[in-house]
Amino acid sequence: MSTMHDLIVIGGGINGATTALFAARGGMDVAVIDRGPLCREASGVNAGTLTMQMTRVALIPYALRAHHMWATAREWLGHDVGVVVCDGLSLAFTEQEAELLAFRAGKRREAGAPITLITGQQALQIEPGLSDKALLAGHCRVDGYANAYLTGLAFRTALLDAGVTLTENNPATDIRQTSSGFEVVTKKGPLRAKRVVIAGGVWIEEMMGWLGIDLPIKTLVNQLAVTERIPTAMRTVVGIANGLLSLKQYPHGTVVIGGGWQGSGSREGGTCSLLPERLVGNIRLACHAVPALKDARLARAWTGFEAETRDALPAVGPVPGIHNAYVIGSIHSGYTSGPYLAKLLADQILGREPDLPLFPIDRLLKPEPLAQG
Amino acid sequence: MVSPHCHFDVLVLGGGPAGMVSAITASQNGLRVGLIDEQVEAGGQIWRAPWASSPQGYESPEARDGNKMRDRLALSSVTCLFGRRIWSVTDRYRVDLLGADGVEIFQAPHLIVALGAHERVIPFPGWTLPGVMGLAAATIMLKAHGLAPPKDWVLAGVGPLLAAVAAGYARKGHPPKAIIDLSGPSDWFAALPSLASRPGLFKQGVGWVLSIVSSRIPIYFRHAIRRAEGQDRISACVIGPVDADGKSIDGPEVGIACNAMMVGNGLVPGGEVPRLLGADQVYRHELGGWIPECDPFGRTSLEHLYAIGDGAGIRGGAVACSAGKLAGLAAAHDAGCIDAGAFAHQSAQALAEHRKLSAFSDAMAHMIRLRPAQVASIEADTVICRCEDVTRQDLVAAARAGARDVNQLKHFTRCGMGPCQGRMCGDVAAEILAQEHRLDRQAVGYWTARPPLRPISLQSMLGRFDYADIPIPKPAPL
Repeated sequence: MSTMHDLIVIGGGINGATTALFAARGGMDVAVIDRGPLCREASGVNAGTLTMQMTRVALIPYALRAHHMWATAREWLGHDVGVVVCDGLSLAFTEQEAELLAFRAGKRREAGAPITLITGQQALQIEPGLSDKALLAGHCRVDGYANAYLTGLAFRTALLDAGVTLTENNPATDIRQTSSGFEVVTKKGPLRAKRVVIAGGVWIEEMMGWLGIDLPIKTLVNQLAVTERIPTAMRTVVGIANGLLSLKQYPHGTVVIGGGWQGSGSREGGTCSLLPERLVGNIRLACHAVPALKDARLARAWTGFEAETRDALPAVGPVPGIHNAYVIGSIHSGYTSGPYLAKLLADQILGREPDLPLFPIDRLLKPEPLAQG
Repeated sequence: MVSPHCHFDVLVLGGGPAGMVSAITASQNGLRVGLIDEQVEAGGQIWRAPWASSPQGYESPEARDGNKMRDRLALSSVTCLFGRRIWSVTDRYRVDLLGADGVEIFQAPHLIVALGAHERVIPFPGWTLPGVMGLAAATIMLKAHGLAPPKDWVLAGVGPLLAAVAAGYARKGHPPKAIIDLSGPSDWFAALPSLASRPGLFKQGVGWVLSIVSSRIPIYFRHAIRRAEGQDRISACVIGPVDADGKSIDGPEVGIACNAMMVGNGLVPGGEVPRLLGADQVYRHELGGWIPECDPFGRTSLEHLYAIGDGAGIRGGAVACSAGKLAGLAAAHDAGCIDAGAFAHQSAQALAEHRKLSAFSDAMAHMIRLRPAQVASIEADTVICRCEDVTRQDLVAAARAGARDVNQLKHFTRCGMGPCQGRMCGDVAAEILAQEHRLDRQAVGYWTARPPLRPISLQSMLGRFDYADIPIPKPAPL
């Protein structure tokens, strides 16, 4: 018989890997499996933005704590993941956008994000690379970005150092409940554990189905692009009021252009492709915000999946009705907030009281059909 | 936004031998064909046309064959869409281009991809110095521009291109100062019988040898470049002996003062478009690396997507022509323009031709294959990825940190993340990774293809626009 682990985490993205890391450091014998290498889906291909100005209001308290975790990643993760903490600006170019920005910044400020509203001229002083066409800007000092593609390298080392049993390129195909816990069926054979965490990104709907739970998850296909290295054009993270732009220049000179413009593809096929006209739209918006980008060349564009629940809030907590089964995913701006929410989940699994409440999925499940008679 | 042109039955990407022949064949069999190429004239690399403004024409059998085929193309009903850079190819089958008039979009139900190959770079210290250039690039300079290299240049690498470039420049009065050939005379003799199957090429080869011999160019067989030296540009190189596998071995090093170096270690299939579209891939060492899986007519695993020419496996110009004929016929058949009987009848001769040519192309492909031992000889601090300054030891460290496939290697090191998207470093980086883990190349995978297929300026993509015209999606939830 295979070893009985204390915990198996299915899915080695940022959510699963962080949960596993803190559970292992809390004394548990933990196994992580992933169908590919660690952090090669959403966690490795996202824009790396660590911002409050695109974070949902309900998540601001979590995102602020997670931002601190990212800024101090070297201390708890052993690798800085290329994190740069800098100012963030969210721009409004029209009256309607200014109204939207003022409203949204106000709500986020109430939730604790230190966002102030400044004029376009003041924004230009903070970010001389900006267009002079902005009417209003949200300014937040708690912002920044990571090199998302380094996430897998960072977590791989940390997990192995923490004694986690790591099996990459090993897809799970089923979870069976046993008298002592769970048996996870994988390509490389069954794994057994007392507890299981489902952290499979856009694929958690299928995985929850193995436990008989119907948790609908929507798949977003986000498009991203990066320029060649160019001379310094900007030093802040720049977005727009409605959240459809994220722009930052990395220390090595490339500028990453994101914002969640949608490509095509499905999680079932596992592949997605860019829609060229959406890429052009995204790039027009980027060049409107930071005109110097027009002189750059596009080096690469790509897509990545993002998972979203029905109410676009996280699915983080115990699986209702199944003792010792947990789920974490669909966090929304999950790269920013994921590590903190995963740490909270690890606390709960370790029997500690989490500092902030989780996001249990009961609200997302269909009500039981009325009993007959 | 620009709207797509949809009036073609088939689009052919690449105007080299494979692309030209497939386009002509498809059009002769009733298809409306658009032939797209980045250059202003068809020809690809082997049949590259001289520029109108170049100082002197380059006389060769290839130049004559190229002119002949360009004449046939001109008389055909193929629509030539030249001077356009392909930056995106998406589903069934949309091709986004950038031309002199800005962004254009073409869409057709059939797509024939004939985008050729790129040079394989086997890095050595100093390979990124100005004055060091690729062998295929040298042929462009020779054929298209008629430009002479600076005085005191050396020629290094492997395969028939070495002899062709040496002879071409020798005849123009600019012989290289030395030829450094990874192969030995015995490798060339081994290729002779298959060469004899192509009398025309055999004669051409003899001509090259005579030009080289009469120019008294020193040839260093079984030698490779150890390093290039110089401050701001190359001023000398050091060469050293290799064994039959291409591995550096002990023996006297020779220093050669030079102002330029043309170096080429074979070709790698340019298979980005089929990869981008998700066609099944297979690793074929003897054909240059990863290629799309194809039937004898160039049909890939995706419906109505065909891949031919060197991009589907390095086989050279003659095989590319027969492959072009077969794919053109297959597209006409698959589109319902010719029936099964006509298809079988017309393709029989091309299939036979294709088989006959393969002895020679296999021998040439064998000469320019990747030598794993040559890659193993690359020193630790040699830059492999010039876009991102990644050395061999960086790659080895990433492999030891757990990177087991090339895309993970890219994440760990940035190797292949630059503007060349791994075209220069990819083959060697994958080989280093495979050797480090003692895996075969199939196991370490291939680099994910991404748009743009070649870098393009943001300005050129933007077109004219007002902020109000940007179709900004609805706001994200608060």
